[in-house]
Amino acid sequence: MKQKESLAVRLKKWPLLLPVVCLLLVMAVNIIHDAATGVNPFSFFMITVQHTTGNGNILYGRIIDILNRGSEAAILALGMTLVVSASAGTDISVGSVMSLSASMCCMLLAGFGVTSVSTDLKMPIFVGVLAGLAIGMLCGAFNGFLVAYLKIQPMVATLILYSAARAIGLLLCNNMIVYVRNDAYAFFGSFLGPIPTPIIITIICIVILSLVLKKTALEMYVQSVGINAKASRIAGLNSTVIIFLAYLLCGLFAGIAGIVSSSRITSADSNNIGLYMEMDAILAVALGGNSLGGGKFNLAGSVIGAYTIQAITTTLYALGVSTDQAPVFKAIIVILIVAIQAPPVKTWMKKRQSKRVEVKEAVA
Amino acid sequence: MEENVVLSARGISMTFPGVKALDHVDFTLRKGEIHALMGENGAGKSTLIKCLTGINDFEEGEIHIDGIEGPVKNHSTREAQEKGISTVYQEVNLCPNLSVAENLFIGREPLTKLKTIDRKEMVRRAEKLMKDLEIDVDVTSNLENYSLAIQQLVAIARAVDMKCKVLILDEPTSSLDDSEVEKLFGLMRRLKTEGTGIIFVTHFLEQVYAVCDRITVLRNGKLVGEYKIEDLPKVKLVAAMMGKDLEGLDQITVNSLDATKAPMEIRARGLGHTGTVKPFDLDIHQGEVVGVAGLLGSGRSELARVIYGADRKTSGSIKVQDKEADIKSPIDAMNRGMGMLPDDRKAEGIIGDLSIRENIILALQARRGMNRKLSREEQNEITDRYIDLLAIKCASRETPVKQLSGGNQQKVILARWLATDPDFLILDEPTRGIDIGTKTEIQKLISDLAKQGKSVLFISSEIEEMLRVSNRMVIMRDGEKVGELDKDLTQKHVMETIAGGEKE
Amino acid sequence: MNQKKAVRMNSNTILLLITIGLFIVMYAAGCIVYGSKGFSNTQTFMNILINNAGLICISCGMTCVMLTAGIDISVGSLVALDCMVLATGMQKGHGAIAMMLFVLVIGLLIGAFQGYCIGYLEIQPFIVTMAGMFFCRGMTAVVCREQVSITEDMNKLFYQMANLKFKLPFGGYYNKKGVYMAPYVRLGVIIALIVLVLVFLMLRYTRFGRSLYAIGGSEQSAAMMGLNVKKVKMQAYMLSSFLCSIGGICYCLNTMSGSVQQAQGLEMDAISSAVIGGTLLTGGVGNVIGTLFGVLINGTISSIVKTNGKLASSWPNILTAILLFLFIVIQSIFAIARSRKKA
Repeated sequence: MKQKESLAVRLKKWPLLLPVVCLLLVMAVNIIHDAATGVNPFSFFMITVQHTTGNGNILYGRIIDILNRGSEAAILALGMTLVVSASAGTDISVGSVMSLSASMCCMLLAGFGVTSVSTDLKMPIFVGVLAGLAIGMLCGAFNGFLVAYLKIQPMVATLILYSAARAIGLLLCNNMIVYVRNDAYAFFGSFLGPIPTPIIITIICIVILSLVLKKTALEMYVQSVGINAKASRIAGLNSTVIIFLAYLLCGLFAGIAGIVSSSRITSADSNNIGLYMEMDAILAVALGGNSLGGGKFNLAGSVIGAYTIQAITTTLYALGVSTDQAPVFKAIIVILIVAIQAPPVKTWMKKRQSKRVEVKEAVA
Repeated sequence: MEENVVLSARGISMTFPGVKALDHVDFTLRKGEIHALMGENGAGKSTLIKCLTGINDFEEGEIHIDGIEGPVKNHSTREAQEKGISTVYQEVNLCPNLSVAENLFIGREPLTKLKTIDRKEMVRRAEKLMKDLEIDVDVTSNLENYSLAIQQLVAIARAVDMKCKVLILDEPTSSLDDSEVEKLFGLMRRLKTEGTGIIFVTHFLEQVYAVCDRITVLRNGKLVGEYKIEDLPKVKLVAAMMGKDLEGLDQITVNSLDATKAPMEIRARGLGHTGTVKPFDLDIHQGEVVGVAGLLGSGRSELARVIYGADRKTSGSIKVQDKEADIKSPIDAMNRGMGMLPDDRKAEGIIGDLSIRENIILALQARRGMNRKLSREEQNEITDRYIDLLAIKCASRETPVKQLSGGNQQKVILARWLATDPDFLILDEPTRGIDIGTKTEIQKLISDLAKQGKSVLFISSEIEEMLRVSNRMVIMRDGEKVGELDKDLTQKHVMETIAGGEKE
Repeated sequence: MNQKKAVRMNSNTILLLITIGLFIVMYAAGCIVYGSKGFSNTQTFMNILINNAGLICISCGMTCVMLTAGIDISVGSLVALDCMVLATGMQKGHGAIAMMLFVLVIGLLIGAFQGYCIGYLEIQPFIVTMAGMFFCRGMTAVVCREQVSITEDMNKLFYQMANLKFKLPFGGYYNKKGVYMAPYVRLGVIIALIVLVLVFLMLRYTRFGRSLYAIGGSEQSAAMMGLNVKKVKMQAYMLSSFLCSIGGICYCLNTMSGSVQQAQGLEMDAISSAVIGGTLLTGGVGNVIGTLFGVLINGTISSIVKTNGKLASSWPNILTAILLFLFIVIQSIFAIARSRKKA
């Protein structure tokens, strides 16, 4: 009896409880749906090898699809986690910045005013990609400057690029959709061997960031500034620089996500790349058990959160909900998660709990 | 109830987690009286006031208000206001972006028949009120255009107009200059003749003797006594607040240790920060413990902050180990071997959600820089060493520091600085709110540091403990360094200097 | 007290003057450069009003919310939802008046929910209204995924309302055939101006209006002075969504259609109008007169870009963002200067 209780208590304290429970819930819905419609109930978990004409043998299955489609959200969630932790605010410009970096990259590869290019790229691929990443970082630096140095509320500061970045991207592409139908460029959104490249890129991003967090004191700095900026200053941290750095990294990750997203469709569709992605990124962070009020963060939680959202999205599509209707459900989930974290709700729950304990004691 | 009494509190008790903030405190306020409420940090002044105004929910005791049957218990400031208790805080609780008239009447504006605000009537009434109280302002102008003093007066006027019987002034004079204070006192004396009872909280002794009729002194949550002003000279007041009878004072003397021949650690010349501490000179030798004495708000913490760069200096210069030091922020000071344990542990000390380990290595890590991360083994080793050395009671080194008791939190912050091996350590109230045993440990630690040749600047509200470890004492009063005592270092002497040179 | 009050030039009046000056300069520049293309006609100005009638209503609501130091980014999506509901409702043969009332109720409900989350649950306004933004946009798609146009056969009354012209007694000209062309405005402009006046009076002469300022000035002080901060905040968001729905009707009178992609980025225009009009993001300062000029500046930018004809359609967005950036920076510099002065 006692042992069981301690397990429950330990589970309650486990930081990944929320995201994992959500993920399990989604899987359950899938299994039930499959069973109800007469499909093999475990088709959700099946991974098969299929032969395609373009890419040879590739892995195929719903899990692979979720991992693949969820790549952008997972990459964005990495940067968003840092921003939320350090500044207790969110960067709502990431979706637009994705679009801008895609436009920048494609514009350079195709040349200004050219709508379609296949083999004869104007520049080597890496120049375009690096430029895309650079402009992402530039956007991050701009946001970071406003938030860290001018002390503007994060969401208001990032609102500027939320609106402008996409528009600048359109301008770079001369108001057109630029196609880069080049195999080398398409690589980032297709397959490396049997595995989708976006999954590999995501893994690389996660590994690099984890290594940076492990090998430098960045993790502690960011958390420390997010929890108590005043005390951190007395202890010798420069909170301004740390917050700036968080936004810079967030911009870089938005750039990477933008390139992946554009490579999938081998074009820079400024109006649609990264649309609503800021929502997914913020939701991933919240779902990952991180408080949107800043402070301690859990990178693994955010990543699981991102894939959970993709699983939700995929499930919604499977249930017949269209792309443009899906935000309704995501919005409801956001509100629920944030409401659970809200201070008045927390104190109310605590009161109820202590009352229950009192009742128990009275009974005993 | 007694004749003429407007408010009486009997046997008020209140506990915060782990601390008895108020222990059966009595308080009586009479009509037309200005009553000073005095006490050092943690004495329970603000807790008592919050009990009266309904912010705190006290556990025991009763409050009676003249004209209201039975005991009164307020649940919000609004309720307190309706029962005639108004409060004006040090931080003006008005809206700077609204006009003076609006601030006077917000929430109770005169209305026209259409239920809209009758601005003309409001301005007329505001002008009359201001004229009555002899405050010269244009009531249609925004509050932010006026000085803090005027804002205070407006806040008081609002309270007066709401027909308050009890007016609580919680450190209203901290940011006012002399002429502004005089204006405020004028208003207070007027209200007094009109029969309002005023509770006046301040840390300026002069001001108490300028306007007050009675003094109630609290210490460590307990009532020390209620005195008529003429029965309690300044030195006795200081003694009552600090908790020592003058009789036994002379016996405690410092363990003198001549450190003045040692090399210089800190040499400050004309160092100051506008608005908090006036320019001062200060020398600290290596291996010396210098105490800073003074009442709360005397500039004792601010003196330390400006040395450490927590507040950027606005005048003067500082030399660290005979080298000119340009200290712009705490990290600059840290790189020159300084460390500071701030007085507000919660706001500026602990990083609550981080573990004990992270809290301890934070400063050392900050000094090493982001790229040279301490390995986990080093971190554990350092943490264990200090948990051992300072006897920090905790479940494990990964426990979030916010779960520790106050004393253990303080030890963690102390460990944070000891881990950086500082040459000069500033300790601002390191023993506040912690138990006797820990206090003694910390005092011993300070002595040990000095023996190792390190310098310590030690700030405390308890003179006795400073006397025990300090070689020298700096006395602060009203943001100014008023004296330095080394030879004749006795509690009596120190208190007299704090009180302003007045002898009994 | 007969002595003349000296005009105090505080930073807020400076901001408003900058805004008005900016509008005059921009409009004058437009008249000079594009005079030959008819920019200097009175009707051009009226067209700016006609095109932005909905935005005026929405920005008024936004101003009220921003006065409490909050923000409401759900407005653009709510307009899309309103238009879609109006269009599909009329397609199904419901009356114009009934549909319009229905849309106003939707606004109030969404506002009440958002307001409750912000006021009583103390969740950041940005997160709540961002969820609201996605919710409304998604609901629009749930109502109908196709573009629905409102035609004359569908609903005569609404069609007539959309085509009403109110001729003005001044500012006309004779065209080539010698016929007098009087400038006109449409119904939306009349509605918008009524809303503007009402909100102006509300902010100045009612307890609710002054409470908004008080909360923005200092939430803690407002609570200390006995205002019910939570309730007022909730009401502010209800007002914003309600005005947004009125704006949605005005918007629909212009576009005569509903579609999922409609009114994208409108929240940005509303926020920038308020900010450019001198409303502080930190709350407590601003009024709808400034906001009107903010809307006019935004309108002039798009009008100039349109008249030019060669500039890319994304330029208005970029220019608005640049203006927003400049004003935010100016505000933050003023704020830093103010806090320095105090210390």
